[in-house]
Amino acid sequence: MYPHLTSKEKRGGPILFSGYNRGEGIKKAFSLKREDILFEIKTSGLKGRGGAGFPASTKWMLTAAAAAEKKFIVCNADEGEPGTFKDRVLLLEYPALVFEGMIIAGYTIGAQTGIVYLRGEYEFMLEFLEEYLIEMRNDNLLGENILGSNFSFDISIRLGSGAYVCGEETALIESLEGYRGEPRNRPPYPVNTGYMGYPTVVNNVETLSSVPHIILKGAEWFRKFGTDKSTGSKLFSVSGDCEKQGVYELPWGLTIQELLDFVNAKNTKAVQVGGASGVCLPKSQFNRKLAYEDAATGGSIIIFNKSRNMLKVLKNFMEFFVEESCGQCTPCRVGNVKLLEGVEKIEKGEYTLSYINTLKELGKTMKAASKCGLGQTSPNSFISILDNFKDEIFYPNGKRSKL
Amino acid sequence: MSRNNFSRVPVSQKAHTVKSSGDLSGIGSCVSIEINEKKVSVPLGTTILDACRNSQVHIPTLCHHEDLCVAGVCRICVVEVEGMKTLQTACTFPVTSPVKVKTTSPVVRKARRRIIELLLSEHYGECCSCIRNGNCELQSLAKEYGVDNYTFGHIQKPKYEADSSSSSVIRDMNKCVLCRRCVRTCIDLQEVGALEALNRGNETMIGTFLDKPLSDVICINCGQCINRCPTGALYTKDPSDEIWKAIDDPKKHVVIQTAPSPRAAIGEEFGIEPGHSFTQELNIALKRIGYDKVFDTNFTADLTIIEEGTELLSRLKKALVNKDPSVCLPQFTSCSPGWVKFIEHFNPEYLDYLSTAKSPQQMFGAITKTFYAKEAGIDPADIITVALMPCSAKKFECSRPEMTDSGFKDVDFGLTTRELAQMIKEAGIYLPEMPKSGFDDPFGEASGAGLIFGATGGVMEAALRTVYELVTGREVPFKNLVIEPCRGFEGIKQASVKLEKCVEKYNWLEGVELKFIVAHGTANAKKVMEMLQRGELKDVHFVEIMACPGGCLGGGGQPIPTSETIRSKRAEAIYKDEEGLPVRKSHENSHVNYLYENFLTDGPCGELSHKLLHTHYIKRGKFIS
Repeated sequence: MYPHLTSKEKRGGPILFSGYNRGEGIKKAFSLKREDILFEIKTSGLKGRGGAGFPASTKWMLTAAAAAEKKFIVCNADEGEPGTFKDRVLLLEYPALVFEGMIIAGYTIGAQTGIVYLRGEYEFMLEFLEEYLIEMRNDNLLGENILGSNFSFDISIRLGSGAYVCGEETALIESLEGYRGEPRNRPPYPVNTGYMGYPTVVNNVETLSSVPHIILKGAEWFRKFGTDKSTGSKLFSVSGDCEKQGVYELPWGLTIQELLDFVNAKNTKAVQVGGASGVCLPKSQFNRKLAYEDAATGGSIIIFNKSRNMLKVLKNFMEFFVEESCGQCTPCRVGNVKLLEGVEKIEKGEYTLSYINTLKELGKTMKAASKCGLGQTSPNSFISILDNFKDEIFYPNGKRSKL
Repeated sequence: MSRNNFSRVPVSQKAHTVKSSGDLSGIGSCVSIEINEKKVSVPLGTTILDACRNSQVHIPTLCHHEDLCVAGVCRICVVEVEGMKTLQTACTFPVTSPVKVKTTSPVVRKARRRIIELLLSEHYGECCSCIRNGNCELQSLAKEYGVDNYTFGHIQKPKYEADSSSSSVIRDMNKCVLCRRCVRTCIDLQEVGALEALNRGNETMIGTFLDKPLSDVICINCGQCINRCPTGALYTKDPSDEIWKAIDDPKKHVVIQTAPSPRAAIGEEFGIEPGHSFTQELNIALKRIGYDKVFDTNFTADLTIIEEGTELLSRLKKALVNKDPSVCLPQFTSCSPGWVKFIEHFNPEYLDYLSTAKSPQQMFGAITKTFYAKEAGIDPADIITVALMPCSAKKFECSRPEMTDSGFKDVDFGLTTRELAQMIKEAGIYLPEMPKSGFDDPFGEASGAGLIFGATGGVMEAALRTVYELVTGREVPFKNLVIEPCRGFEGIKQASVKLEKCVEKYNWLEGVELKFIVAHGTANAKKVMEMLQRGELKDVHFVEIMACPGGCLGGGGQPIPTSETIRSKRAEAIYKDEEGLPVRKSHENSHVNYLYENFLTDGPCGELSHKLLHTHYIKRGKFIS
């Protein structure tokens, strides 16, 4: 019925891919007090899986504490980071986890409405998800008085229109409200002033999907996986030069090399950790751990082998940011153009090293002064590729390229 | 916080704003913060920018404007806040805890300079050939941060064609720094919504609906965007070259009328503090430039009061005596061309509520090319009428096809305060040092009532002075003729005055409570129109609306910058001048009376005055074809 639902091989994993029966999480959650759920989530150390790594419990607590007549749970399914395709797997294969995570979040913070902001390119799964929601409503897992409790909650799905920046939570909210998708100033934060001005929790698909498991099996069980600061597991979307591209659930804290071996990557020159907005690491750093405290990622792992031209890789990323900047703030709007121009200058050999250094400085200013995460991270690949692959880029054949 | 009108396409920027600090400071809680290691105490919720400004710490800004909600887009005002990973914009950051702020650390200085350099790299053109040379915020910032080269290059070719389709406002997006002040002005301050951000990334630009020419969209020509543009991206269509040509042509008789607001503000263009008017100095300066006659717009402001007041009385009579249900009350003033176009676009079904009286500018043109031409023995074809106005919409108004009742274009050119200041400078004149002189006859006498047209509430005050006295035979019951309820910058003012012991002719008005409303800024006009739609204005008789915040003195042709303080100083100057005038009621203007005795002999709202001094309006609607 949905050919795109079939995966190449049976997935397995410690947490998210460990199997789940619909309704289990909600039932357990409803038997707990709201404070207990918050405590459990806090103890679990669950952090935002979209890339920023903000503690989920903090968002929940602040929203729970905010006094308002309405509150909202928004599931950020605007999976737009290049090289990330894990939320798509969760939505297609484990929709119960996503939706129940939202219901539990709603129950905990006192929200009655959940909204899934689905990236425009995922329109193909809309019908499936809508049908799934209907099934859940029929089973009284959604809607009025869920499972006979006095808690009512419903979920609607809204489509984005393909803007990368709408994955930023405040731009996402603007977009939900029907406006141009542009990040808002913070503070105020969405936990106080979010969708339609009401306190709103915006969580990534994967973050929400972890919630039912934590509720069912406990925070201590969750903490058994991963490292001290990066608890639990992570879905890695592995693409590029390897034999087994795909989505894998692995505990946080494994090294890049371990992951490369896992997917049979050979002759690897570079790994882009965290998508276009992440950093590009050379072989010498493959012993780094994939974790919030070391090489952090929202899931995207792009592998480049020896045949790849790193300057072209960088150019591709910078073109992406020039196009996807929302155009609101100066450092991001103009800065990315200047970085791209710099790459083009290097390509043509019409550059001075001092100008390239100025551009790297500019990158630092962009990271410090941009309004949202887009401009604050877009120089990452510029700086890391030029730093980590300077021999290849500036001294091909052992010689400085034309001046 | 949520925005109330979700059907509009242009986006209010208000949701991006910090919550108002007003209610927080009301409870008196203060936070102690450190700015550059100096402790200060500020009310909870104060932005870092305000906190710094109150402690004499300068923070550069570009997208910030005190009339507008915050945007936080230019990032010039970034500061370091201890504990935050990234720099924070001072204009958006509300102080809610005892933060430590550094405003001039190396990271901050470098970031600001880089941002300025980035803006300059995309800013087409050279300062020397720019209309805002010497009064440009980007230029000042570059100087402040010692920018001495284009680190990131400098765009060599224009990216956009300037849009000069509008008769009032020209948009040159090549000079735009995307601070979005114009967008916020248009949608939030004026609630028009003609401008919005289009496209994305480095293609982002400020444009109109579907990027149509400005003349084809719902722009009301108020020019408030120009007053708040930090650079030369927005400016008025300048007719001074053509005026110079007419002045240099000995066959042409060039007359200029000067409106009260430019006179109270033009000093600012010559470096004088706001709040000083240069009416009489201007008369000499204009003569030296070569204008043949200098007249006072206040003369036709008085004429407007007589016509509009008479019209109001006749509407009242039809409503109260004849019980005619078709009479449109309240009567709305029509002297603000921005407001007229606003109602034509947004509430065309209510056009009959507008007074049919032309604005003082247009009455002047019509009278000059008829009565004056005859009296002076000059062929009206040789007369060039120039109107010095605080207003960009006046340019559009004088080019409306219906404004040709004299048989010619009634007013040839609308000239703004800024443009005239430029002409004066070009003529080698330093205005503040000019000797003083009165106006030329026959339109040299004007009452104080005409003068106060320049401030919001002025038309109402002037009209009340005349209507009340006409009806009761006594002066308005306010000390020194100052009708306080009409004054001040409150958005919508409502008041009433009871008509008692009326003269015989108006005994049908005995005991009537004359109710009036004064509103300025089209955002407030919109509220008044909503009240009208809800039927809440049934017992209101007269409504004054000015399109610009503060009235004409805050007009789109006035000196830049503008702020509430500057506007209130201009208002003070106008009111101060007014109190010293010998004649302060329109109906006591002897020249106006002379005009009615010798030219408009069938009286106010008579046949000739209907032909020359009244007009009609166009149902434009807000849908753009």
